[in-house]
Amino acid sequence: MTSTIAQRSRRRTRNGVSAAAPVARVATRRSDGSGRTFTIGSGVVLMVFAALWLIPSLWAIKTSLTSNATSAIGAGPILRDWRLTFGSYSALLRGGDIWDWYLASAFTSVVTVALTVLFASMAAYALSRLRFRGRRLVFWLMIGGIMIPPQVLIVPVFQELELVKLLNTYWAVILPQVPAVIAVFVFKQFFDGLPRDFEEAARIEGADFWTIYRLIVMPLSKPVIAAMSIVTFVGVWNNLILPLFVLSNPKLMTIPVGLATVQGSYGQRLSDIQASSILGALPLVILFLIFQRQIVEGVAGTGVKG
Amino acid sequence: MTAQTLASPWSMAARPTAGRRRQGAARPAWLFIAPFGIFYLLFLVWPVIYMIITSFFNTTLVKNGFGSFAGFANYQEMLTKPEFWSGLWHTIQFTLYTVPPLVILAFIFAILANRVQHGQWFFRLAFFVPFILPSAAIALIWSFIYTPTSGLWNAFQTWLGNSNPSPVLGTPNLAMIGVAITTVWWTIGFNFVLYLAALQDIPRELYEAASVDGATPWQQIRFITIPLLSRTTTLVLLLQIIASLKIFDQVYLMTAGGPGISTQVLLGLVTNTAFTDYRTGAASAASVLLFFLILIIAVTRQVIETIQQRRAALI
Repeated sequence: MTSTIAQRSRRRTRNGVSAAAPVARVATRRSDGSGRTFTIGSGVVLMVFAALWLIPSLWAIKTSLTSNATSAIGAGPILRDWRLTFGSYSALLRGGDIWDWYLASAFTSVVTVALTVLFASMAAYALSRLRFRGRRLVFWLMIGGIMIPPQVLIVPVFQELELVKLLNTYWAVILPQVPAVIAVFVFKQFFDGLPRDFEEAARIEGADFWTIYRLIVMPLSKPVIAAMSIVTFVGVWNNLILPLFVLSNPKLMTIPVGLATVQGSYGQRLSDIQASSILGALPLVILFLIFQRQIVEGVAGTGVKG
Repeated sequence: MTAQTLASPWSMAARPTAGRRRQGAARPAWLFIAPFGIFYLLFLVWPVIYMIITSFFNTTLVKNGFGSFAGFANYQEMLTKPEFWSGLWHTIQFTLYTVPPLVILAFIFAILANRVQHGQWFFRLAFFVPFILPSAAIALIWSFIYTPTSGLWNAFQTWLGNSNPSPVLGTPNLAMIGVAITTVWWTIGFNFVLYLAALQDIPRELYEAASVDGATPWQQIRFITIPLLSRTTTLVLLLQIIASLKIFDQVYLMTAGGPGISTQVLLGLVTNTAFTDYRTGAASAASVLLFFLILIIAVTRQVIETIQQRRAALI
């Protein structure tokens, strides 16, 4: 799979085909009757499933816009009461906790993305362009790294952070997530497909590798940088297990850890609970609406799974 | 910034004559790899080694150092402990409940979506958006749906004629099914997108040729789509198994392993042993066992992928 992302994005960048409309090129295909019926049938079945899939989110949104008093009674009253109120949202946004969570999530995600993208692309550049002793070894170590499940390392990582006195700091969330090995492969595959003419010309002019990486390779790699940044961002933003155990200071909690405490602390304020879930999800929904193509392509191309 | 200050050492090796190029690349190469390499060693390699070492000691969180040497006692304890085996069984149970629907439904959704061609954004919104949301938000939504007596699920059951439905997350036999349904809803978008991407790579000429030969849509799916997607299916299947073995979030958030220990999974056992009982040595032994279980699947995936790539290269 890792090999396909580079090829695919390369093909796309060359042809200028938008990935957002993947099937557009097969648009005018069928004219025969049975194919048409089949297509309409497919559409109906898919619509039913899509509607089914939307129910939980819509239910949470509806509850969050209903008063706590109504939602405490049960599903029927929530469904029937259409006096919509933003009471839960204003209570949460005035309460303050959510702002701490947003800050923690935003800071840890942005810094992790910056470090991961910079370091992974640098390593990938060396693997793609430079011939050196030990290159194969590094390559195989990276392959090995892909197979390590970071979640399972939570106990030793916790002990390590305790040892260097980083528990209860944002760095405890950031540093362990920087070595995302898959990012190295995605960058390497992309670099492998870039034309080398400019770089060779620059070498002859006497440019060093760092200059070439910074001024030639990286500017050509904007699509893969965007895709990798967003996929990493989503992964770090959503990580529960690491911040859950390395942060105990409520002021430092990220969104997932904060949301994990909500059920206990809000008790019967069901509308508030659903509103906090919506507020926790909102930044990612907005991100999706803006970067739909990069997210879908990044996920499909890297096979990165939580 | 740092970029500027770093620039100078690199330039030393930057002007190789043709013959020295090979040698000249070694220093910059390692400098390029070093930042990532340091993080890789510190947060992937070292924890693995440390985990293996502490699994042989009575290490605890309350005292510094490794503690006394335990030999294989931690492993013996885990392998004879009912909680370990029930944790393993619940992990496998979760895998068995989630993998088939996640693969088959995603496959069907992708084929249908590829066929329909209109409103792709809508299907992606419906199926894919949940996947990028935090597990904690998902757990709040679904715990609320499963609320006993007043929740939406309960209302649905009552509407179907079941006047006294059991609370999903409060019943030992149902709790894992509740978690599994949540997970299918949450993560199907990942497989959906992988399948959809693979479907675009099937050349349309194949369908046109089949159509000219009078193949029905079903025959086209059966004899073109399914065989050509087999590579993706293998990938999806193995990724899905690995992800399911690492299950932690949903169980921690929705049932905390309960009722009783009826949904406790291996990673939950690991974190409880370490952070509730403070017995990091024993927790490391359990981690090592889970680690190797996942590693076996991951290596299998890598091998299969390599073979498939070689085969694809030959064609």
